[in-house]
Amino acid sequence: MYEKRFDNRAFDETRPITAEVGVIENADGSALFAFGDTVAIAAVYGPRQLYPQHLQNPEKALLKAYYDMLSFSVPERKKPGPTRRSIEISDVTTKALEPAIMLDKFQNCVIDVYIQIIQANASTRTAGINAASLALAHAGLPMHDLVCSVSVGKVGDKLVVDLTKEEEDYKENGVKASTDVAVAMLGKSKKISLLQLDGEISKEELLKLIELARKACEKIYREQIKALKQIKQKWV
Amino acid sequence: MFKKVDKKEIINMIKKDREITYPGEVIASGYEYLTGEGCLREGKDIIAIRHGLVSIENNLVKVIPLRGVYWPRVGNVVIGQIKDVIFNGWLVDILAAHMGFLPITECGEFIEREDLLSLYDINDVIIAKIKRIQPRSIVLTLKEKGLGKITSGILIKIDAAKVARVIGKQGSMVNAIKELTNTKIVVGQNGLIWIKGPNADMELYAKEAIELVAQNPLYDGLTDKIKEFLKQKISKSK
Repeated sequence: MYEKRFDNRAFDETRPITAEVGVIENADGSALFAFGDTVAIAAVYGPRQLYPQHLQNPEKALLKAYYDMLSFSVPERKKPGPTRRSIEISDVTTKALEPAIMLDKFQNCVIDVYIQIIQANASTRTAGINAASLALAHAGLPMHDLVCSVSVGKVGDKLVVDLTKEEEDYKENGVKASTDVAVAMLGKSKKISLLQLDGEISKEELLKLIELARKACEKIYREQIKALKQIKQKWV
Repeated sequence: MFKKVDKKEIINMIKKDREITYPGEVIASGYEYLTGEGCLREGKDIIAIRHGLVSIENNLVKVIPLRGVYWPRVGNVVIGQIKDVIFNGWLVDILAAHMGFLPITECGEFIEREDLLSLYDINDVIIAKIKRIQPRSIVLTLKEKGLGKITSGILIKIDAAKVARVIGKQGSMVNAIKELTNTKIVVGQNGLIWIKGPNADMELYAKEAIELVAQNPLYDGLTDKIKEFLKQKISKSK
């Protein structure tokens, strides 16, 4: 039975959130986002012209996200370079961010988003999406909304928000008893742009989890807004 | 039946002037407001689509961006570098999302097609004006006074969103720098600035002053501060 969380949080509580924009000077826009130990930085370059030319779309710009974990981000050294996992996460991140950005304003262009995980303790893709959304806004791109993302899941028989690595690997009687669901939604309209599931869960519980994610996303949205508004104090 | 419109409901401003906004925020509400750059109307509300400062002048609501790639506009004077020479003109990098294109008919001189390279070679820097904007390219022109190739002086780059601050109200900032350092300055709207002065010292003072402006764009009374800074620098050098 999973009675109490490993880090003594409430079941519907996220880890402490850190959000900051303008962490990389040379990028057009950049941001840092952290859920406790999970820290992601994102840098945006562009819009700029897309080459090779056959990839250009005369209707809208192409958004490309590159997700990667740095070799020192995990306890055992990760081999640098793209892997099967990082390629897939790059792809779902792109699709999660796309509905928020007005890509039709920059025909034949590309917007590159580089997401680096500098410290990992589960929920890295969600931290990456949050950082990327902040960085895109910081780059002055026209957007409908911000994107907020959080992981929810079932550990033992409890529904929890923002899983850590310990919870992801939770076992009961030697059998894996943990399910994690990554959710991304638009901050204002609360429309879902990413929903991934790893494990087993019933339909009713999944709907409950999405409701939990919605509440957590509201909190993340407020933190993102705070980070974007703080820029003034830093400059003067 | 039609719904009766309450007059109080129409005049209902939400955001204050000069506040920082974020994409998706409602910055004004009511049909009497007009949408300018960087915002969008959704029913009664006006919504910001960019991260920047809200500006409300009379009834016009707009968002002034704080960062970002240069968005070209017809009539802007820009500084660019020749990147390629093709059969009917030059491709110019003006730091926008698209390449600028200078056609042979807009170069201001009579020239044969074979002699394109003799006029402007790759890596030459030119001051040009945007004539029109097409979906695929930005057409430039040199057929005006003060436009053309740069052969001396120094070139600096600042963020395109901060160009307005460097110029100042009716050119007050850039004119103050010009007068005090006795230099000639051309501020491209894309963030490239050309400085040409009587000697290298003056050029470097002007460069320092401009970089100071770009670093503190939200500082009150910046023009006076810059004047003081320049006077000190110049008196020390003498």
